[in-house]
Parts: sequence; structure tokens; C-alpha cells
Amino acid sequence: MGITGSKPQRICEAQWLGIVQYDDGLRLQEQAVERLRSGHDTEQLLLLEHPHVFTLGRGADSSNILADRQQLESSAVEVHETGRGGDVTYHGPGQLVGYPIVDLKPDRCDVHRYVRDIEEVLIKTIGEFGVTGTRIHGLTGVWVGNEKIGAIGVRIARWITSHGFALNVNTDLSFFRMIVPCGITDKGVTSLSKLIGREVELQDMASICAQKFAEVFDRDVRISNSLLFHGSTA
Amino acid sequence: MSEEVKMPQMGESIAEGTIVKWLKHVGDSVKRDEPLFEISTDKVDAEIPAPTSGVLSEIKVQEGETVPVNTVVAVINGAGSKPAAAQPAKESPAPPKEEPAQAKPEPPPSSAPVAPPPPATAPPAPKTAAPAPPPSSAATSKEELRQTRSSPVVRKIADEHEVDISQIEGTGIGGRVTKQDILTFIENRKGEARPAAAAPSAAAPAQPVPAQQPEAAPRAPQPPRAPAATQTEAGPPPYAEGDRVEIEPMSIMRRRIAERMVESRHISAHVTSFMEVDFHKTAKLRDSLKGDFERDGVKLTFMPFIIKAVIEGIRKWPVVNASVWGDQIVYKKDINVGVAVALDWGLIVPVIRGADEKSLLGLARAVNDLGERARKKQLKPDEVQGGTFTITNPGVFGGWAGTPIINQPQVAILGVGVIKKRPVVIDDAIAIRQMGIFGLSFDHRIIDGAVADQFLATVRDVIEAAEYTS
Repeated sequence: MGITGSKPQRICEAQWLGIVQYDDGLRLQEQAVERLRSGHDTEQLLLLEHPHVFTLGRGADSSNILADRQQLESSAVEVHETGRGGDVTYHGPGQLVGYPIVDLKPDRCDVHRYVRDIEEVLIKTIGEFGVTGTRIHGLTGVWVGNEKIGAIGVRIARWITSHGFALNVNTDLSFFRMIVPCGITDKGVTSLSKLIGREVELQDMASICAQKFAEVFDRDVRISNSLLFHGSTA
Repeated sequence: MSEEVKMPQMGESIAEGTIVKWLKHVGDSVKRDEPLFEISTDKVDAEIPAPTSGVLSEIKVQEGETVPVNTVVAVINGAGSKPAAAQPAKESPAPPKEEPAQAKPEPPPSSAPVAPPPPATAPPAPKTAAPAPPPSSAATSKEELRQTRSSPVVRKIADEHEVDISQIEGTGIGGRVTKQDILTFIENRKGEARPAAAAPSAAAPAQPVPAQQPEAAPRAPQPPRAPAATQTEAGPPPYAEGDRVEIEPMSIMRRRIAERMVESRHISAHVTSFMEVDFHKTAKLRDSLKGDFERDGVKLTFMPFIIKAVIEGIRKWPVVNASVWGDQIVYKKDINVGVAVALDWGLIVPVIRGADEKSLLGLARAVNDLGERARKKQLKPDEVQGGTFTITNPGVFGGWAGTPIINQPQVAILGVGVIKKRPVVIDDAIAIRQMGIFGLSFDHRIIDGAVADQFLATVRDVIEAAEYTS
């Protein structure tokens, strides 16, 4: 038994939403932020995957998209500018995207700590598959060797978070060749399936990720709709 | 009465911040806590609220500049003081930039928030692929768009294969036809017999599509994914000109549920068998146990008895507690029974893990506890996962029986109709008995009708004899 007080854990509702259009994802986040801010709802961890899309953060240099318009069209990739931190990145099928909508007040009001905590969630998640993720100083994200497996881009307004992370699970990495991910030219990208030699159901990943999130953020993570979270026993 | 606005410290190790955007201009009045400017540090953008109400009288740090924490970046004249009228800003402020989030490269032509998402996958079985005008929008303009805004590559392929681009549902930006769309279309036209699953799909989550020519190579056994059908094409509008209708976009949740249901229908060969079950003896047993259970604070319904009977059935017919994996059958050794609970906002299936190891009291407790916490949104992730068989209750509102849809990746689901007194013939006499109709939907790919019926008969026999193992 610990001696620390029995402060009740904050409740965070986790949802697996499957494939969500990027626009819809933005709207869901806005609504969740608004409901949390106005006290109408608990914190949320939205877990989903996007159809092919390149997104440019506030710090983005559009020359980091290498493909020309024609290439983009022929591969059905959309381009979005968006209000998160960071440069260019790619989202697409097979990648687990997480949007934690949490209130960092009162005890977690530290932007760097938040980003490090998200990294910790991703490191623990891939750790379940025997993969060791690391941090590289000055390069936010989760790396395996010299290759990035998890990207982070966050927005914070009055200490309520939005946007979040993208973990390459079964991602088709060839799409990253059309961009300079996060503007970093001398490092590569990788995926969990490439590292362990098999694909992993994204729903299973989502549920592991939700549990790791609960540990790192000390939240009581709950599920409100199991149709969205079935998952096999594998 | 003026107050200085400082670059806030957003974290212990953060020494400086870059202003990326002023949300107010000099001369604007601001309210306390209203967003004033945005800053950026490594990978994080943050919106900073005004520390006080008043008029923004001076901006000292322009967009793009990086300054140390606690540097004064602006001045707000407090509500009481006179507004800094006509005060020209020191540097004429940069022309207001467009809100980046709004500066999308190509806004879709139709009203994006309302339109159903373009089918991300190739059109399914009916491969005629008639152009589907979205309800209410001008079909001609969309066709035009597809024609005129398709890339030269697509138009070239169209010419070569004598394809009318307007016949193809585009999945690209603004509904334009992508290279993949047209290749899929041609592929489907070629081999009518080809299964839809082989069509390249931009959205099949577990099978990333190669960037160029998609050729779905067969691989190790994989849980079959729902092919294209999860997102149905809109087709012609389901109402006539002048009809009184109201059109409401589905919520994301609703769409997920819709997709899940269609997906399951697509994956499994659904068949439903029915059987009458006489609850006479079990009802007596329940009445005799009720008092004891209530002393323990547990309400005793028929559900724990039904679960017990189902477990007996599974022990005799294990294929009912299995999954299909490619061309293999995965028998689940754990019996984890999901019990569907209807909620105001949808449906949830909490799972009783290791149900075969629980006593009647344990099952009753679990059913009550999970149901209650489901309604309070208090279930934990592992409490809704890993189910191997599901029981649902179409009898809640008096329904006689139901034909439930299988909860993937399971292969069977039991629907329990209302249990009530009915006249039945026993030994050539009419008797009054508590009867219920059980409907078992099963996946005919791996469960034959005979097995399903024998499973149902086992379940029935246990309940009718009221002989439950501990």
C-alpha cells in the first residue's frame, strides 16, 4: 500500500473510431475540446486512422512535400494545413492516430513534459511487441535506431490539448518518400510491422495504447462503445 | 491601468517562445481569457489567453519573432482607461494572415461537412457502378468536375480504355477520379467474376496499398477484411422531387455502427435457427434462489441461467466458440461471453471473461455489475474486449424473437426473445408454461445447420431440465 493520498484518478474516455476523414477528425477534436472546457464531458482519447493525407503544421515548409500535384492526385493523397506544431507529416491506413483531449491543469502544465509523456505512451505501446523505442534529443518523436516510428504534433489552448500522435503500425512507408517527414532529411521512417515481420490489428493497438495512456497519465481510461472496440483475443 | 502581457513559461525547461500568430490587432478590445496570440515551441502550438480585459494598445513582438520567457510582448489598457484611440502601431502590423486551418488547397465543391464521405474503396459487388449523384447536389457539376479536373494521366488511361470518366465515382480531392479509381474500374469491368476483395482498396486498413500499381498479392492467412461494402454508395436519392423530407448527416458513431453491421453481414454467411425453450423448471429454481441472492445484494434474472446453458452447449459443440482466420478455424479455449446492453447512445457488449469458471452467483454479479457500469460509461477497455460468444436480448420490449448480426470475429450470437407464459401442449393437454424463443445466428462457413441445431438443443435441454453445473 502506498502512502500517497488516494486522489481519485481523472476519467478519460477512449474511443476507437476506425477510419475517419481528416476534416471529420478536426471537427471531433473541436467538439471534444469544447465539451471538456465547458464541463459537459470527460477527457477523451480519440483513436483512429485517416485515409491518405499529408498535413502541414504551423512550422511547415511546403517545399517539404516532394511530390508534385499530379503525383498527389494520382495517389489519392489530400493535403491539409492544420493548427498543430511541427512540420509535414503523412497519415494513412495502417497508422494509429491518437488525439488526446486532456486538461493539463493543474499538475501537468508543462509543454515539454506533455510531449515526453506522449513519447512514453508510444514507447510502452511498442514495447509490448518487444520493440525498443528511444528518444533522440532535440527530435521529438519515438525512434527505433535512426528511424522514426511515432510522430508527435500538439496544440494546447488554455492547457487543454488537441492533435497528438501518429504511430506507424502497418503503414505503407512508401508514402513518406513523397515528403520530408518533419523536415528532417537525414533520418528514415519505420513501422511496427516492418520491425516484427507481421501486421497487427489497429484495434488491438488502439486498446494497448489506451491502457498505456492510462498508466502514463494516471487516468482512469474507460470505453463507452464496444462496437468500436471489439478486438480479438490475440 | 495598463497591463503588460508577457511571454508565458509553458514548461520548466522552456526558455523562449516564438509568436506564430496574433489573434487580435492593436485597437481591438479583448476580454480576459479570450485567446490573444499563439506561440510555438518544439512540436507544440499553444494558444495564450489575455490576462485581463481591455484594449490591446501595443504589440511589441511581431509574428515570427522568438523571445525569452517573461519578455513583454504586448500591452493591454485596462477596461477603465480610455482606449488608445487612433494610436498608430509602432510598426504597421502585418496584414492579417489567413487562418491557416481554413486555407485548404482545394475546398471540395459540394458542402463537405454534410456529404457522406466518398467511398474510399472500390465499388463492391454490383460493378455496374452507375454514377451516383449525391442527394441534393447538382449532379452535372460534379460530373463536369470529374471530367475537367482529372489529371492528364487519368484522362490518358480513360482514352486508351474507352472509359467515360463521368461513369466513375472519384475518391480524390473534391470527388475527382484518381489513377487508382480508373484502374479499379477497368479491372472490375474486365473480370466480372473477380471477387471484390481483390480490388485495390485505398482504405483497407491492414493492407496498405502500394503507391503505383496495386496488385493484391495473396499472403498468409489473414482475418478477411470487409471488402468495399462497408461504405455504401449513395445511389439515387431515396425520395422524389417535392417530397417532404429532412436530411441529417450521420454522426461518426452512427457511421461506424452502420459499417460494422454491413461488414459483419459481408464477412459471415449468416443463418438463423430458432428453438422454443420451456423455462418452467428454471423459473422455479430461480424463485427458490432469489431470496438468497437478494440477501447478497444480487438481482437474479434468467440471464445467468442462459449463460450457464450456453457454456454447456459450447463444451459439446466447441466450433460455436471459434473464429475464422483465412482458411483456418481458431477454436477459443476460453469462454468469454458478451452480453449486449442497449444504451441511449448506442449499444455496448461487456464481456464476462472466463464465464465457464464462474458460479451462478458469480455470473449474476457480473451481469448486473457490467450492465450497470455500461450505463454509467464506466467500463474499462479490457471489459469490452475478447468476447468469444455473444448473447443479446431482443425480448426487452416484448419481442418474440430476433435474428441478430454476428459480433465479429465471433461465429455465433444468441438472441433471446421475451420469456412469458404461453399455452403449450404437454402430454396431450394444454398447459401454461413460461416460454421463450431462442434465435441463434451462426456463420455457415464453419457451422453447419445440424451442429447449430444440436447446440441449441443442448442449451434448451439444460434450461428445461434446470440442471446446472455448480
